[in-house]
Amino acid sequence: MLLLQGNEACVEGALAAGLDFYAGYPITPSTEIAELLAAKLPRQGGSFIQMEDEISAMAAVIGASLTGAKTMTATSGPGFSLKQENLGYAMYTETPCVVVNVQRGGPSTGQPTMPSQGDVMQARWGTHGDHPVIALSPSSVEETFWLTIRAMNLSEKYRTPVILLMDEVVGHMRERIEIPQDIGEVINRKKPTGDPKDYLPFKPDADLVPPMASFGEGYRFHVTGLTHDESGFPSGSNKITGELIQRLHDKIDRNYADIVQVETEHMEDAEIAVVAYGSTARSASRAVKQAREQGIKAGLFRPITIWPFPAQELKSCLAGLKHVVVAEMNLGQLILEVERQVAGAVSVGGIMRADGELITPAQILAYLQEVK
Amino acid sequence: MKRSEIRLSGSGGQGIILAGIILAEAALLEGKNAVQSQSYGPEARGGASKSEVIISSESVDYPKVTDPSLVLALTSEAYTKYARGCSAGVVVLVDDSVNTLLDEGVLSLPIIRTAREELGRPIVANIVALGAINGVAKLVAPESLEKAVLNRVPKGTEDLNRKALHLGYKLIAESNS
Amino acid sequence: MSGEDKYLRSNRLPHILCPGCGHGIVMGAVVRAIEKAGLDQNKTVIVSGIGCSSRLPGYMDFDTLHTTHGRALAFATGIKFAKPELNVIVVTGDGDALAIGGNHFIHSCRRNIDITTIVLNNRIYGMTSGQFSPMTPQGHLATTAPFGNVDRDFDICELSKAAGATYVARSTAYHVAQLTDLVSKAIMNKGFSVVEAVSQCPTYYGRRNKMGSAVDMMNDQKASGVTAAAAAKLTPEQMVGKYVIGELHKAEAPEYTARYHSIVDSLKDKEMK
Repeated sequence: MLLLQGNEACVEGALAAGLDFYAGYPITPSTEIAELLAAKLPRQGGSFIQMEDEISAMAAVIGASLTGAKTMTATSGPGFSLKQENLGYAMYTETPCVVVNVQRGGPSTGQPTMPSQGDVMQARWGTHGDHPVIALSPSSVEETFWLTIRAMNLSEKYRTPVILLMDEVVGHMRERIEIPQDIGEVINRKKPTGDPKDYLPFKPDADLVPPMASFGEGYRFHVTGLTHDESGFPSGSNKITGELIQRLHDKIDRNYADIVQVETEHMEDAEIAVVAYGSTARSASRAVKQAREQGIKAGLFRPITIWPFPAQELKSCLAGLKHVVVAEMNLGQLILEVERQVAGAVSVGGIMRADGELITPAQILAYLQEVK
Repeated sequence: MKRSEIRLSGSGGQGIILAGIILAEAALLEGKNAVQSQSYGPEARGGASKSEVIISSESVDYPKVTDPSLVLALTSEAYTKYARGCSAGVVVLVDDSVNTLLDEGVLSLPIIRTAREELGRPIVANIVALGAINGVAKLVAPESLEKAVLNRVPKGTEDLNRKALHLGYKLIAESNS
Repeated sequence: MSGEDKYLRSNRLPHILCPGCGHGIVMGAVVRAIEKAGLDQNKTVIVSGIGCSSRLPGYMDFDTLHTTHGRALAFATGIKFAKPELNVIVVTGDGDALAIGGNHFIHSCRRNIDITTIVLNNRIYGMTSGQFSPMTPQGHLATTAPFGNVDRDFDICELSKAAGATYVARSTAYHVAQLTDLVSKAIMNKGFSVVEAVSQCPTYYGRRNKMGSAVDMMNDQKASGVTAAAAAKLTPEQMVGKYVIGELHKAEAPEYTARYHSIVDSLKDKEMK
């Protein structure tokens, strides 16, 4: 049993899942992740490099992943912005990697040491073009450990970058964590089995995921950020363009049930659902308990997977609900998706805060007392 | 014990965050739950710094302090920002170097002076403060706190820190007599 | 089989480059240099960014990576650092390497990581049809410098040397035999190597600046590229518009991945004890 920060738990999770390579650039409030890995990775033969900027850190992670390494980088707001172009490159070239964003106050340099959840939509739409995204949001130190492992596993399984969307509260708070010997399944990317001469690096199997060779294994394949056909070479075909983008979406959409996780509290007979994620869900959990003590039928709906948004799970809770309220440390981001998904079936409100303070249970309770 | 909220404050570099970590680890040693968090400005040294600890026999949801049972302030700036105006019933401890107008009932103790004059090491003021805090609030067993201190301090400084902790308890004992 | 046959993806040809472009000549020099250096075709990765020159790896039969604009060296650093046994060669242009990628360029030099970088310098952004680059001389015309380039250009080789590269050389598409030799020496250097390959863009640079045909532009390379010995005999006024070709800098310095892995090994030793 240990008292660890969320950032430390992220490192432990990454190492448990088999992290080989980390490239990063110092930025508050994620720097502890780089500092710890600088000390830990070389001890187990792994590679740690501090790059000259955020962009190159993202690039180095992709390059390393193409050699077969399990890779991760960590950053915060401004750095997450800088990584977006290469994040799109990883998505389009189907290169596994984990990108941790410990959210801080923005925009711009903002409040480096204060929490926010202002990057929820950037995680979804930050890079240009149509693309699917997997983003996970932990609420506790222990969950950070497990979701880091899960992020690595999902990225390897689906050949895609996965975003671990933390916030400053979870990243910096210390709480009890038990790290077991056995962490369960560790997934490694699927490798090609045929003759290297016949290898088509972007020809998907039935699960829509193409087997992935590594550089240096004799496959001599080409990878480009241009639209490419199954051979990996650029294509100017409208048909191939449309099919590739559709497959990348289908690859995630068809595996929704495997990717999406939520946690609920008191939702069985709830009339008011509080939707909250990350550290804000802790406040919501307390407020819901207090509301129940006062006879208010409130429940907590906590997306653990933020993207794809757990639409099916939310919709399955709608019967009996009179109101949904989204509590988030921004001026209204995930609420847009909640509104879109419930589409008028039930009224939706928001508890929003962008002053660098965690939303308090009292704030949420006061809202519940008002709308009950 | 359902939920105790402790707020420690001072200036960056005074070891306030470490003190919070040690207190939380002492609670863990007793099988309780504890959450430690902090807030600080962009600077690593100076500025008002705050470290919060929540100790509970149940799981801790909201990780911040809203209803403290004890507040410590080692500097005037920290007192003004984090300790002034606490409701009656909250134990407020300040270092006696705090030279601003204090609320009624605030306990002023020579924490930094004790570290400097009796131990020759002002750096252990945070450990003296921990002794004082536990002396007055009895959050954890003294043995747990001592064990937690010794787990965290650099090798070779165990005696110094043990002494610092005991001097903290002594400050409370003397203020009661 | 000759280098061209063995190391080119003939099914990807013809290439997309314009008639008269010097880049194909440089690519030929690179594959011949790879053959000369005796690299294992299955253990060699060619990395590029965005631009005309960055399309070359698509025609080269190795593991090849066409990345984002300016970032070739950052991707290449990840490859080399994760798997140091791979030979990593970066093919990049003057805009890719020195404008948008300038930061990665100087820091790759500083780290002295074992990567060979060929900067194909045609003094223009050709892919986007002729905007000025950091290598476009002051006063020259480009679509974004319609009244003559206000910016000054800089010296890639001096920059590389100052930033810590341990092998620096320059040649031209015209001096292709010399270029091949220099690239092979750059590959053999255990550290960060830069070869500036002056190339011609008759379509978007030459035509706008009235430099004549591709042949005229290559004749200009012949006249402008002088050896260090010849340059020593010229006055500064006579050197205007000329540049020194050949091996320009060689130095000994610890290579990045080797240095990192010596730390890894020493930690292993400590753990065993």
